[in-house]
Amino acid sequence: MTDQSQQLESITQKEYKAGFVTDIEVDSLPPGLSEDVVRQISMIKNEPEWMLEWRLKAYRHWLTMDTPEWAHVHYPEIDYQEVSYYSAPKKKTDGPKSLDEVDPELLKTYEKLGVPLDERARLAGVAVDAVFDSVSVSNTFKDKLAEEGILFMPISEAIQEHPELVKKYIGSVVPHKDNFYAALNSAVFTDGSFVYIPKGVRCPMELSTYFRINAANTGQFERTLIIADDDAYVSYLEGCTAPMRDENQLHAAVVELVAMDRAEIKYSTVQNWYPGDENGKGGIYNFVTKRAACRGESSKVSWTQVETGSAITWKYPSVVLQGDNSIGEFYSVAVTNNMQQADTGTKMIHLGKNTSSTIISKGISAGRSQNAYRGLVRVGPNADNARNYTECDSLLMGDTCGAHTFPYIEVKNPTAKVEHEASTSKISEDQLFYCKQRGLDTEDAVSMIVNGFCKQVIRELPMEFAVEAQNLLGLSLEGSVG
Amino acid sequence: MLEIKNLHASVDGKEILRGINMTVNPGEVHAIMGPNGAGKSTLSNVLAGRDGYEVTQGEVIYKGQNLLELEPEERAQRGVFLAFQYPVEIPGVSNIYLLKAALNAVRKYQGLEEVDAIDFLTLVRDRMKLVKMDEQFLHRNVNEGFSGGEKKRNEILQMAVLEPALAILDETDSGLDIDALKTVAEGVNALRAEDRSIVMITHYQRLLDHIVPDFVHVLSEGKIVKSGDKELAKELEKSGYSWIHDAPEGQTA
Repeated sequence: MTDQSQQLESITQKEYKAGFVTDIEVDSLPPGLSEDVVRQISMIKNEPEWMLEWRLKAYRHWLTMDTPEWAHVHYPEIDYQEVSYYSAPKKKTDGPKSLDEVDPELLKTYEKLGVPLDERARLAGVAVDAVFDSVSVSNTFKDKLAEEGILFMPISEAIQEHPELVKKYIGSVVPHKDNFYAALNSAVFTDGSFVYIPKGVRCPMELSTYFRINAANTGQFERTLIIADDDAYVSYLEGCTAPMRDENQLHAAVVELVAMDRAEIKYSTVQNWYPGDENGKGGIYNFVTKRAACRGESSKVSWTQVETGSAITWKYPSVVLQGDNSIGEFYSVAVTNNMQQADTGTKMIHLGKNTSSTIISKGISAGRSQNAYRGLVRVGPNADNARNYTECDSLLMGDTCGAHTFPYIEVKNPTAKVEHEASTSKISEDQLFYCKQRGLDTEDAVSMIVNGFCKQVIRELPMEFAVEAQNLLGLSLEGSVG
Repeated sequence: MLEIKNLHASVDGKEILRGINMTVNPGEVHAIMGPNGAGKSTLSNVLAGRDGYEVTQGEVIYKGQNLLELEPEERAQRGVFLAFQYPVEIPGVSNIYLLKAALNAVRKYQGLEEVDAIDFLTLVRDRMKLVKMDEQFLHRNVNEGFSGGEKKRNEILQMAVLEPALAILDETDSGLDIDALKTVAEGVNALRAEDRSIVMITHYQRLLDHIVPDFVHVLSEGKIVKSGDKELAKELEKSGYSWIHDAPEGQTA
């Protein structure tokens, strides 16, 4: 190993900056899963009967399902009876009415994470819904958004206040029978965000949610539902962190997006869950189902994700292109280091005519990690003139990591045009030396090269998120070079 | 500025440099010539600090400091610049971004603040004229899709922006047609200064018609076998490198 590689090795062992634990009192259910637990969650949330029935249906179906094993990830079997399915900061009164009432410890947590919860939020123009363990803690800018008729609130609140909307759309994109984790989520989801943009409204600010798993042995099962009605537009940001813990924590979220006629939804994620230590101890198991339905004609959905965390990532944000002329986009950077494993990609399902999709995936592997892209492009028999362009690039840092690509293409319409490009490269010693000879230290050089590699994706992120993502890449991407 | 004393270096256990001695004073331009395999590129790489070169004997003093114990970036920050023979492509990183990061790294070492965006652009635009580069160059990815001539001009642009005390030009003339060679040479000549030393490494004499050196050294089999003024280069041009091997050893500057 050269000197340079050794230096890089040492940079690889970065500390996880969001790894603090917040000391606050919590109400939580004891570990274990049963119909009773599902009923209890529903009761704590004071849910209507139909919601409980929906959960129970999902739970009963889940019991009949097996853990999916097709992904390129390996981990010991999860004992779902050891997970606690509900954890919430203890309520002082009846729940916070304003920021003043929120536990200051909690606010400090968000401050450490750089979440603009207070007045800074107004300056940044970001409305934040912060989900801490299982409940939504505070939701800024609700009133301002309400003036436009925009609903942005915890989904638990939406179930109370707008049951007709929730009932109509929940499970309409990701049915409870969809997959093992989606079924589990449907049974035990505790909170998440709900967004409804009425016809013809362009949401005037970026909406944002920060998820944090704090309590030990807690699963986080959030459920997000975003509906953009005809001619509506919304850009939604999601950020995630968790404390460092030796045990693995489970995160099984479901995100459903619905875009009606000419509506557009931009969904951006910067995921920085705790990835475990360099020996693979601890870390989040991230099993997430994200799917969008371009239900209306000429509708558009873009998924942009920067994934640097989690011990295991199992995630395929997808778009079902139902409406004619609808557009689906997927821009992804997935970084794995140390012992992390990622199996991520997308599905573009072309059903409508003249539908088009773009997939840009950048995988970066370092340490002893395994990084897989798995993508499906399916063109149905009625999807005349469907177009897909896929670009899938892998960057290897060192020679002990792996990059894998599993593209699936199913075309049932002869007019379809599907393109796939893939490349695998390494950060070369030559590139590093070139940058160093210009005065950059190893860390800055690696960060610059890697950010260059990810540029196509980063530029799709909203400004403030792009900066955050770049910093994250700087922190977690640096790895050994062989 | 630069003093190389009895420098020996090997690559993969094979000795390439076998006792180089050389002194470069501020403001001087030295040319190092020699046939393929003489150790020219090894010398530039050792001076710049590239991995994989082992110095087995001797020392290099730069501005009174032991250059060899510094990291490559520390050498760069202290004013040692290498114009690469084969400039590297960096996809997705714009030229201007690298230039700015490089300038700021040097400024940081000098205890200066990061350069202001407007000042930076003014500086870069001014320096671009030296190498007749178009502004669109700034927004293209570093060396990606550049022609041979563009890459070499880009190296000189970086030199012009970073204003090094010691510039090592490694085969800057290779792969250039005569027009590109002239442009590059004009750029380098404009950067000659009393407090700046330039070491040119080249196989061919033609570069020296355009950048006239104060001293010429002939490198062969890892040693400087002959030193002289610009006339030496002309002699080489006439009789080739073969006669060098017959020359007596130890005729170093």
